[in-house]
Parts: sequence; structure tokens; C-alpha cells
Amino acid sequence: MNAPASSHRPFVARRLDWLRENLFSTPLNALITLVTLALLLWLGSRFVSWALLHAVWGRADVATCNALFGQGACWAVVADKWRHMLFGIYPQDEQWRSALAVVIFCGIMVFSAMRAFWHVWRLLALWLSGSLLCAWLLAGGLGLTPVPTALWGGLPITLMLAVFGTLFAFPLGILLALGRRSALPIIRAASIIYIELVRGVPLITVLFMASIMFALFLPEGVSFDKLLRAQVAIILFNAAYIAEIVRAGLQALPRGQYEAADALGLGYWQTQLLVILPQALKITIPAQVNSFIDNFKDTSLVIIVSIFDFLYAVRQAVISDLDWRHYFVEGYLFAMAVYWLFCYAMSHYSQWLEKHLSRDHRL
Amino acid sequence: MDHPAAHVIPANAEEIIRIEGLNKWFGDFQVLRNISLSVRRGERIVICGPSGSGKSTLIRCLNRLETHQSGTVIVDGIKLNDSLKNIEAVRNDIGMVFQHFNLFPHLTVLENCTLAPIWVKKQPRATAEATAMKFLERVRITDQAHKYPGQLSGGQQQRVAIARALCMAPRIMLFDEPTSALDPEMVKEVLETMVSLAREGMTMLCVTHEMGFARAVADRVIFMDQGEIVEQAPPEIFFSQAKSERTRQFLDQILDH
Ligand SMILES: Nc1ncnc2c1ncn2[C@@H]1O[C@H](COP(=O)(O)OP(=O)(O)OP(=O)(O)O)[C@@H](O)[C@H]1O
Ligand SMILES: [Mg+2]
Repeated sequence: MNAPASSHRPFVARRLDWLRENLFSTPLNALITLVTLALLLWLGSRFVSWALLHAVWGRADVATCNALFGQGACWAVVADKWRHMLFGIYPQDEQWRSALAVVIFCGIMVFSAMRAFWHVWRLLALWLSGSLLCAWLLAGGLGLTPVPTALWGGLPITLMLAVFGTLFAFPLGILLALGRRSALPIIRAASIIYIELVRGVPLITVLFMASIMFALFLPEGVSFDKLLRAQVAIILFNAAYIAEIVRAGLQALPRGQYEAADALGLGYWQTQLLVILPQALKITIPAQVNSFIDNFKDTSLVIIVSIFDFLYAVRQAVISDLDWRHYFVEGYLFAMAVYWLFCYAMSHYSQWLEKHLSRDHRL
Repeated sequence: MDHPAAHVIPANAEEIIRIEGLNKWFGDFQVLRNISLSVRRGERIVICGPSGSGKSTLIRCLNRLETHQSGTVIVDGIKLNDSLKNIEAVRNDIGMVFQHFNLFPHLTVLENCTLAPIWVKKQPRATAEATAMKFLERVRITDQAHKYPGQLSGGQQQRVAIARALCMAPRIMLFDEPTSALDPEMVKEVLETMVSLAREGMTMLCVTHEMGFARAVADRVIFMDQGEIVEQAPPEIFFSQAKSERTRQFLDQILDH
């Protein structure tokens, strides 16, 4: 803030200026800075020593871990329980199906992220075939041993809730966004009410509604699968947010695009599908990716309606074993690492995408 | 552009547009006041007037981009009202070119030109593409057919917009200040395209302040002010013997600069 010539000075000198101005401007600030730094260093070194240096790696028995309890992390718990953590109580012999489903869900995400797939039919083909394949693998039938949803669990469930929760919310969100801008008052009002109602409540209440209240409204004897209810709740919830993102994209388009389409005689749906949505959706891709990251993390809330998502499976895997139950911190750290890996990749992708798309002459 | 119009409209040419007692309001603000206008097939009309005088609104009422509150608008025998069928039929007859081109940026030049023929007129793709190439050739854009609008200059984009409108085989073309968003060096190429269109007998209504264009091709020049048609006359009379004081003032202003 002082030297006006600061931008001409070398990088290191400017950094030092910044440090002096922001962290050491008064004696008290300098003291706070130093104490904080010391604290961070101390905590960091403790963590490194616990998590890396004194940790028990690979397969080991509980006794080895117990001997080091409090001094070193027991990664052996992950080595011992990883199957239970990743796939929950899905039958052991069938867990290859869960693993394959994880691969396919990741494939859906990776291919959707590739520009070569950004065409209506390619995306629809990818999403439909991927979804059906995963559903078949997890549920069984048609030659595979059927597995009831009560036994599904772990990473495939987290991925399923997130991926289906976005894919199926997408068309609904688009319809809601169009509805909100519709010239027909009833459709507009219905869309606004839906969007604002859903956005006004936390996901957790929607999940509760879906799991408990919903059953009250259904006639006696009729029951919906618990997992399906949670999945539907997540879809309905996400749709409202996707609708708002799409609406922002629609608003970003100049009126001239509608006028040109009208003047050429294109009808409402032709205009939307051929002219407006392809452009509006492309603008919103970075926002959609960010909202997918949020959805992905939010799926861990299904734990409160006791659905075995990845986080719950990790917790159960450790807690349910009397020998290992003290090592849940290691379990949670493992879960954290897995979540972080997914989210980090996605957020990097979204940053790359924003840069990439801003150079696109087609927008 | 200093040749006289190449063809003369027969005095008994049929009426293709009829506007009677047209009024339009935006809220409390009356944009069009009691407009009456009749256009014969093949006529080329230039509309000028100060900013905000309602020129754009008037021609946009012809293809129902704006709805009017009272009066009648009849295009090629079809009355414009709430009937979607009529609106559709009229839009099939009218091509429009906008100030800001309004090309579809996500489609190539060729796709811009074939979109409506394929989806509205249900033409086979090959037919639509052949027609599009024919018109792109006319506006001298063939070599850019597979580029995106964002890769073209303003003048090229406007010529594509003209080709796109022509691909629907309209009987009437509306132009709303087609050259006013262009750099001066590109104005000529667009005007040339419009002149050649005019020479072929297309019925044209052009909102423009290019008075050279008006002199060269217009059968009639219309001056609008505050939502009214103040004066209309063939260009030779309009530019030298305008009756109204307002018209003369306006002409003084734009011909000076
Ligand atoms: N959608 C609208 N809502 C409200 N007022 C409008 C709307 N469109 C145009 N107007 C107003 O109507 C008047 C006439 O507009 P119009 O665009 O027809 O004028 P114009 O003669 O084409 O002017 P210009 O030379 O600036 O294009 C202007 O005062 C304008 O502000
Ligand atoms: Mg205008």
C-alpha cells in the first residue's frame, strides 16, 4: 500500500513487503504471527510423526497397534477392513460387482467431462447405458444373484447417490428453469414455488421427509425401498439447484437469439432445444461441476436415515469390530482421503474447464 | 449504387402488406400512432427517422415479434392476430435481418442457414444444404461455410444473416439497421448484397440511415417521428422537396454528417 513503485520491484522483495505489512505490522501482530506459526509447526510435526513415522503400515494384528496406541497411527485397520469400508455388507463373493459399479460410475464422470461427449445423443447413451449397467450389477437378476438394497453399501452407494442424483435431476432442473421463465402463469408459479420451497430447506429435512413422512402418506402395505426413497429425495432436491443454475445460463443469452429463432419460424420447443439450451447449458457447465462436487459431499448426509453410504460403511467397519473399534480416527482419515481425491480431481477439472471454455469462439 | 432501380413495379401489382390504424403502446407509452401503410409486391421501402421514433417496432409488428394493441396488419392475405397458425404462416413469408446479426454462435455458418429449413420446412438435410450453399455463394461466403460466426468479421456475419433469411424463401425481407453495427469498411459489402437483392424484385422494408442506398433502390422513403409516419415519397421527391419541416430538419442533420 505504500510504495507506488512496488510492482516494478522483484518478486521476493514484494513478498517480503507483503509479509511486513500483513503479518508483522505491529509488535502484537508479530507476536501473534510467531505463536501461530509455532503452534502450526508443532501440530504438523506431531501429525507427521503419528501418521507417518510411527505408524503401523500394511497388514498387522491388533496387538501391534495396541502397543503403539496414541503414538502411531494404525493403518493396519484400513488394510484389514478395506473391503468392508468400500463395499459395506454387500455379499463378499459378489463384491466384484460393487467394484465394477465403482469403475463404471467413475467412467460416467470421466467421459461426461470430455468434450467429445458433449452432444445430446452421446451423453444420453453414456448416461443411460452406464446407469442401467450399474443398477443391474448392484441389484442382480438376469443371470446375476439378486442382492436386496438393504445389503448395498459403501463407495458404490455414495457414487450412485451423487451420479444418479445429478443425472436424473438434470432434465427436471431444465424443465423447472424453462417453467420459471414460461409465459404461462400456472407453469411459472408452480416452478417458482417448487424451486423456492426446496431451496428453502436443508437436504437433511428432505431426507427425513422421504424416509419417515413419506411412508405416512402411502396406503397401508405399500412401501417404497428405503434407498430408492433417499435417491428420489436427492434427485428432487438437486433439481431445484440445477434449475437455478440453468436459469442463470438462460438469462445470460441475448434476447436477439430468441428473436432470430422466432423470425425464422421456429416453435417454442425447437427454439429451446436447438438454439437456447445448447448455448445456455454450455455456459453453465463450470457451475454444474461445482454443484456436482457439493452434491457428492452432501450424499454423506444419508447416514441419518441409516443408509450405508461410504462414510457410514467406514464407520461401521471399524466400530462393529470389538478388536479394532478404537481405530475409527484412522478410518475417518481414510474416508477423508477418498472424498478429497474425488473432489480435488473434480475441482481441478472445473478450473481447467473455465479457462478452456472462456477461449471458445463458439460461446 | 447510383444506378436507378433495375426494375419497375407495375402500378397494378398486388398489395402484399396492408397496415391500417395501427396503434401500439409499451405500458403507458404510445410507440406507434395510427399507422397506415400499404406495400405492393416487389416494392422496396426505406424507413428512416430519429432514434426512438418507432421504426423498429413498426417492422417488428409485421412478423409479430411485437404484438399490437389495435389496428389491422395483413401480410400476404393473412391477418396477424393471436392465431398461432397465422403467425407461423406469416413468419414463413418474412425474412428478417437484425442490427446485431443474431446468428447462432454454437452452429456453423452452414448450420445457421439450414436449421430453420430442416426443422420448420422439414426439408431433407441435403436439399437444405444445397440451398444454403447457393445463397452463401450469392453473399460470397462459401469458403467460410464450416466456420463459426465468432470467427467471421461483422460484415461477413451480416451477409450470413441475410443468406440465412433467404434460405427460408421469404417473399418479404425486413432489415432493421443492418449496417449500423458495422465498421465503415464493411458497410459497403452488406449494402451491395442488399442492392442486388432489391434488383431481383424482393419486397423489402429497410430501416436504415444509408441515404445512398435509399436513393439507389428505394421506391418509397418513409420518414417516421414520434410513432407517426410523417412523410412518404419516392426518393427523388423525398430528398429534394420534402413537405414537412420535421423531415427537412432530419434530412439536414443526417446528410450533413
Ligand atoms: N420492449 C420495450 N419496452 C418498452 N419500451 C420499448 C420497448 N422497445 C422499444 N421501446 C421504446 O419504444 C420507442 C420506439 O422504439 P424503437 O426501437 O421502435 O425505435 P427506433 O425508431 O427503432 O429507434 P432506434 O433508431 O434507436 O433503433 C423507444 O422510445 C423505445 O425506448
Ligand atoms: Mg431501432
